[in-house]
Formats: sequence, structure tokens, C-alpha cells
Amino acid sequence: MANYIVRRLLQLIPVLFGITFLSFMLIHFIPGDPVTVILGEHASPERAAELREQLGLNDPLYKQYLKFLNNLLHGDLGRSIITHEKVLKELATFFPATVELTLAAMFIATIIGIAAGIVAAVKQYSWFDNLSMIGALTGVSMPIFWLGLMLIYLFAQVLGWLPPSARLSIEYSVPTVTNLYLIDTLLAGNWAAFKDALAHLILPALALGTIPMSIIARMTRSSMLEVLRQDYIRTARAKGLGEATVILKHALKNAFLPVVTVIGLQFGYLLGGAVMTETVFSWPGVGRYIYQAIMARDFPVVQGSITIIALIFVLINLIVDILYTVIDPRIRYQ
Amino acid sequence: MRKIKVVSFLVLLAFVFTLTACGGNTAKNETKETKEKVFVFAKSGDPVGLDPANVTDGESIYVTQQIFETLVKYKDDNTEVVPGLAESWETSKDGLTWTFHLRKGVKFHDGTPFNAEAVKFNFDRWMNKNNPYHHGEFEYYGYMFGGYPGVIKEVKVVDEYTVQITLKTPLAPFLSNLAMPSFAISSPEAIKKYGQDYFKHPVGTGPFKFVEWKKDDRVVLERFDEYWGGKANFAKVIFRTIPDNSARLMELKSGNVDAITDINPDDVEAVKNDPNLQLLLRPSMNVGYLAMNTEKKPFDNVKVRQAINYAINKKALVDAFYGGLAKPAKNPLPPSLWGYNDEIQDYEYDPAKAKALLAEAGYPNGFTTTLWAMPVARPYMPQPKQIAEAIQKDLEAVGIKAKIVTYDWATYLKKGENGEHDLYLLGWTGDNGDPDNFLYVLLDKDNAKKGSASNVAFYKNDKVHELLIKAQQESDQTKRAEYYKEAQVIIHNDAPWVPLVHSTPPVAARKSVKNWIPHPTGSECFFKVDKEE
Repeated sequence: MANYIVRRLLQLIPVLFGITFLSFMLIHFIPGDPVTVILGEHASPERAAELREQLGLNDPLYKQYLKFLNNLLHGDLGRSIITHEKVLKELATFFPATVELTLAAMFIATIIGIAAGIVAAVKQYSWFDNLSMIGALTGVSMPIFWLGLMLIYLFAQVLGWLPPSARLSIEYSVPTVTNLYLIDTLLAGNWAAFKDALAHLILPALALGTIPMSIIARMTRSSMLEVLRQDYIRTARAKGLGEATVILKHALKNAFLPVVTVIGLQFGYLLGGAVMTETVFSWPGVGRYIYQAIMARDFPVVQGSITIIALIFVLINLIVDILYTVIDPRIRYQ
Repeated sequence: MRKIKVVSFLVLLAFVFTLTACGGNTAKNETKETKEKVFVFAKSGDPVGLDPANVTDGESIYVTQQIFETLVKYKDDNTEVVPGLAESWETSKDGLTWTFHLRKGVKFHDGTPFNAEAVKFNFDRWMNKNNPYHHGEFEYYGYMFGGYPGVIKEVKVVDEYTVQITLKTPLAPFLSNLAMPSFAISSPEAIKKYGQDYFKHPVGTGPFKFVEWKKDDRVVLERFDEYWGGKANFAKVIFRTIPDNSARLMELKSGNVDAITDINPDDVEAVKNDPNLQLLLRPSMNVGYLAMNTEKKPFDNVKVRQAINYAINKKALVDAFYGGLAKPAKNPLPPSLWGYNDEIQDYEYDPAKAKALLAEAGYPNGFTTTLWAMPVARPYMPQPKQIAEAIQKDLEAVGIKAKIVTYDWATYLKKGENGEHDLYLLGWTGDNGDPDNFLYVLLDKDNAKKGSASNVAFYKNDKVHELLIKAQQESDQTKRAEYYKEAQVIIHNDAPWVPLVHSTPPVAARKSVKNWIPHPTGSECFFKVDKEE
């Protein structure tokens, strides 16, 4: 096992290398350059040339790439061209917001998705099954920004139950420790702020979680259905075990494998969905940060963030693979 | 058993919802108890930085306007220059030496005194690239004062409250320039203390001091109790960043914020009809225009250019794409600026006349050309693509077939500067309320150099050039206005542009917000703004 993990970690190196190379090429081939963005509609060509030189944009591409790699090896992602702030430092402020949102979305998606999937499978063709599968289909096909706006309209504007945007109401301010507001508010011992942060988290998490929730529900249902037809389930029932034990202990455990895969993959994809959600809900996370950086051709930011996200994506996959062995001991890694 | 599980799960879910709903309510009650007057203003973007000398975007300037003050400032509702941190000033006969008498008893938020040394420190920092505190680009300094060190020769401390600025050549818009938010005076001690990171720790003399900036979320300012001008009405001013236009409007409607900018044109009616909201129109200091590349055929022919002026229905554009929040333009200058020539008669919408002129010019059957449309919305052109399509139809009606061309924003600007276009849509928002900032920048031959043109019509008229230069060197504003009026007549007849519109960008606020006068420059200080609870 340890061997396997080490080998997988070593495999990360070429993968990350490839990702940095591709993203580097991609961003540099999009027309437009940061100099125009920085200097705006007024720039004189002398000034533009000077700035381009200063930013190192006149160097040949391969040189810029090697420089990036070299800095990366020293743990330096460079400075944002627009704000002059260190990319790593900015990521450190924006990443926790996205992590908090993504975890909450995944939490909602997993709990509701699995629960709905199990019930739908057990009660195949019942009204609940039909309804939840229609719901799941709708959920998958719903554009996040539209769903987000509808949620805001219903829960924030019409019902007034939940706040429509941001992470915390303006009357609260908590010292930043982890930048995960649920934790920071608790650390500050501010219970009201914690509830406020939680209230702010629900709508965006619901919007972001809808697609994975639907996918997880469908995956759980089909996986459960398959397992429920197996002989060992019949045996379990024949042994006189209670229905709940049969389903939750025997069936679910075996149906779980594909579900874990899907959860892992969805978790990675959520980082992409976060861009839309963060924009609609004014959530100051990394999705919006990257989007803005791409618009501004802020190369170091785009490059650095993609590298970090890729790293996380790959790590999640690794964790999923390890979880496999825990769930299903038949799987062994050589 | 199974049923119980499902039910208990639903109960749990309901519990979480009620819990959070309660949380929201308690939050609101608490604010009422504290009774602090807070003004919450939501914008679409986060500031880039808060060092006033180093930012050029409206989002940043809106915040720095509250924290900082300039030597001279604009009047509350127009661009006339009035005293600011300087109480009075005089200029030498040759227009080269300016002496400013500073206000006494002014303090920076960090407690250090404002004086002549502080002013000199700021100017030295902006002008001199080798100054140890010259961190950043200082773009506006370059634009307004001719690069580095530029037209300012020297800044001298005469005594504690008198400062003398000597210029190399006279600069008529000098005072107007100094009133720009970019030339606000920062605390020298703070600049020294924070160095590279000063943009995150701004310290000025304004009515509000900086407290906190949570990136992409909020900037919090607090009333500065030792402000020389008295006490502001709000204990706090909070800027929130809400990028989505609809979400921002919803926050306003639900009362979580007091005012917002950047409203979808489609939502303007909704704001007008909401009894809790008010729509404030910002006086226009911009122009959206269609430039014709006078270096290319057939636009080198003045008759063709005039024909196009007759062919375009500006009134229809205003009605269709600005929700009525704009005026058709007849001059390159917006009417809110002094020097605007109101006697000019616009080319009226007359397709028949346009056709006749085209025939006279030798194009009885029209011609084929390209019409360049910007890829991004700007205040002066909220829907460039649709506007281009409307213009395309107008042109087609007189026989001109125009193919719409577009690029990403940076490329679009670059190609425009290179003169690769035929018909080119663009606009301009004024920086300092001086006509020079429109006419010289956009229509003088000095700025028609390929590769760096801001005069994208590549319009070159020696008489216009002479007038604009004369106006630049004259310090008497009445005389300057005459020169500009004359220049506008010539420009009108030569028709290098179709001036399209001057937009009046709306700001929406709760009805309870009082004394807010939107300024033509795009942002204002909230010192006098108040709110009825």
C-alpha cells in the first residue's frame, strides 16, 4: 500500500509537468496581452514596450516557461501582473472560500444524493423513484447560473429566509485564521456570526451541489439495483436479517464502489462549476479569481492557479483510489 | 423502519433551514440595536488597489475618493475647480509658477500632520522613477503631466503651509488635472512604513479612514473623527463587490445594500417603478462614437463622411439600447463640459440626403466596407454588438454594405491604434473635465500616429491643431472656450466621426438615501450623503 502511494505520488510529476505545459501554451496563445489591460485605452507605445520588457513578456516562450518551472520548483508562483501581489498569497485567501463552498456542496450532494438513490432503488418504480429520477434529470441539465438566480429569487427575495450573496453579513467581521468562515467564526466564539456564515453557505452550496447530487443519486440507484438482485442479498434476507441491515450494511457497502468514484470525480469538477456559482452569489473564491485573471491576461495567476488545482484534482483521485481498497478488500494494488 | 429514516432525514433538513432562517433574523435585530449609521454601496468589481496614485479603474477610485483628498477638487455637480487641501492659489504671469496655500490643521488618519513637506513628498514620489517610493506604474501622472519627470520641473516647500510648483511649459489643464483622484495626497509616513504594500494600507486626510479590505468581498471604511471638515453622517461606509448585475439589484431590493452601480438597461424600468428605490442619473462626461478612417478610401472623401452622418438614426439607438438614459451627440464634447458648442446644428437623420451625397461623391450604388464593433460593454456603449447591427441596417438603407468585425478587447484596441479598420466604434470617458482631454486626445493630428493613435479617425486638420495647441497654452478659460468652440465647428464640417451618444449612467439607491449628487467624473465623496432610518 505505502509502495503504491509513493509510486502514485511520483507519477504526479510528469502529470503536473504536462498540465503546466498545456496551460502555459493555451494562455499564451489566446490573443491579447496584459500590457493593454494594465495601460488601458491611453497607453503610449513607448510605455507599453517598457512595461512589456519589465514583465518579461519579450522573452521567447520557452524561456518564460522555463523561468516559471524554475520558480515553481522553489515554491514560488510569481506575482500577479495586475495587483502585484504574490499569487500564492492571493490563492491562500481565495482557496479556502472555494474549499468551504465545495465541501458544503459535496456534503449536501452526497447526503441527499445517496439517500434518494437508496430509497429510489429499494422502492423501484414507486412514485418516489419516478419523482427523484425526474428531479435528478432536471438537476443535471440545469445551468448553474440560472438555478442560482432562481434560488436567490425564491429563498432570498420572496421568502426572505436566506441571504442572496457574499459569505458573511456586513455587521459581522471575524479575524481571519483559516479563511474557512465556519471555522473562523467558531474560533472567534461568535455564534451569531457562525449561523450567519452557515446561512450564507446554503444557497450557493445547493446551487453548486445540484448536479453532483443528481449524478450521485442516479449512480447510487443503479448500483443498488444491481446489488439488490445478487444472491448474497437473498441469502442475507433468508438468514432473517432485518431489511435495514440488509440494505445499509450488505447492499450499500457493495454498491458503494462506483458511487465513491463518482463522488471523487464530481469533487474535481466542482472546482469548475464554482466559477459560475461564485459569480452569481458573489462568493469570493478561486473560481472567480481565475476567471478575472483570464480576462485580464494575468499569466502568473492563471498559470499558478491551474497548477494548484490540477494538483488537488490528482490528489483527490489518489484518495479515491485508496478508498477503494478500504471499501473493497478484494482490490489490491501491486 | 425505512419510513422513519426518510422522515427523520427530512426533519433534519427542515431543522437546518429553520436554524439558519432564525440566524438571519437575529442578525438584523442586532444591527438595529447598535444604531450606527452604515452606508453599504455595492459595485460590480473589487478595487485593484487603494493607492490613489497607482489606480486607474473606477472601482478603486470610488474607494480612494472617500479616504483621500486632492489639493484642489471639482465642484459637487460639475467639473469646475474649487479649493480642496489648498485654500487658495496663484499663478505667475507666464503660467509657469503655481503657488498653493495649504489648509491648516489638517491631519492624516495616522495622526501625522498635513503640510507642504507632505505635498512635496507625494509629487517627488510620482514624478521621479528613481524615488525609493516609486512603487508601481503611476499611469495617470504620465498621461496628465507628460511622462516622467514630465512637465513639472520642481516642487518647492516655501514654508510649512505654502508649496510652489514650477512647470517647464505652461499647461492649461493643470488645475483640472490636480483635482483628479490620482493626485490625492497620501501620508508620507504611511508610504514609508508600508513600502510595496502601501496599496493595501491607504492613509489620507479624507472624511473616512480605511479599516479592512476582504478581497472580492468588501472594503470597510470608518468615519475619521478628526476630519477638518466636520463629521460625516455615516459611522461606516462599506463597499461590497457583487459581480452579477441581477444579484446586485436583488440585494438592493431586499435592503441589504443602500446603493448600487451598473444596472442592466432592462432593469431600469423596474427600479423606476419600485416605491422603495430611486434612480439617480450621472451627468454625462463621455461620448460614444463611430470613427471613420479618413486615411482609407472612400472615407478620405468628406462627402462620404457627411453622408454617413445623415444615414444614422441616433435617436433610435438611444431609445433601443440605452433605455432612454443617453442623449444623441452632435459634438465630440459632452454638454456637461465648458466650451461645448451648442450652436452647432447636427446632421439630421435623412437617408435621402445621404444617398444624394454618396452619388455626388461618386458612389451612386454605395460601396462595401467593414464596421468594427467592440467586444465589451462600456458605459458609453452598453451593447456594442447590437448597436453595430442597428448601424449596419441604417447603412444598408443608403446602399453601404458593412460587414461587422470584432476581436477581443486588447486586440481590438491595438488594431484600432494601428489604423487597420474602416468604420470603428469606440468611446471615451473624460478624466479631468477639461475639453482638451476630449478634443486634443481624440481628434488632434498629434494623436493620429499609427501604432499609438488615440485619434482613431486619423483626422488631421492643421487649423484644428493650431486652435487646440493655442488653447493648451492659454490660461484664460473664456479664451480657451472660444478656441474649442471654433474647433468644434471645423470638426463638425469635416465629419471625421459620427458622434453617437452621451450616456448618463444610472445609479440606483434606496429611497432613504439623501443628498447624493452623482458627479460627472464617475465617483464622488460620501461625506455629505445621508440616510433616513
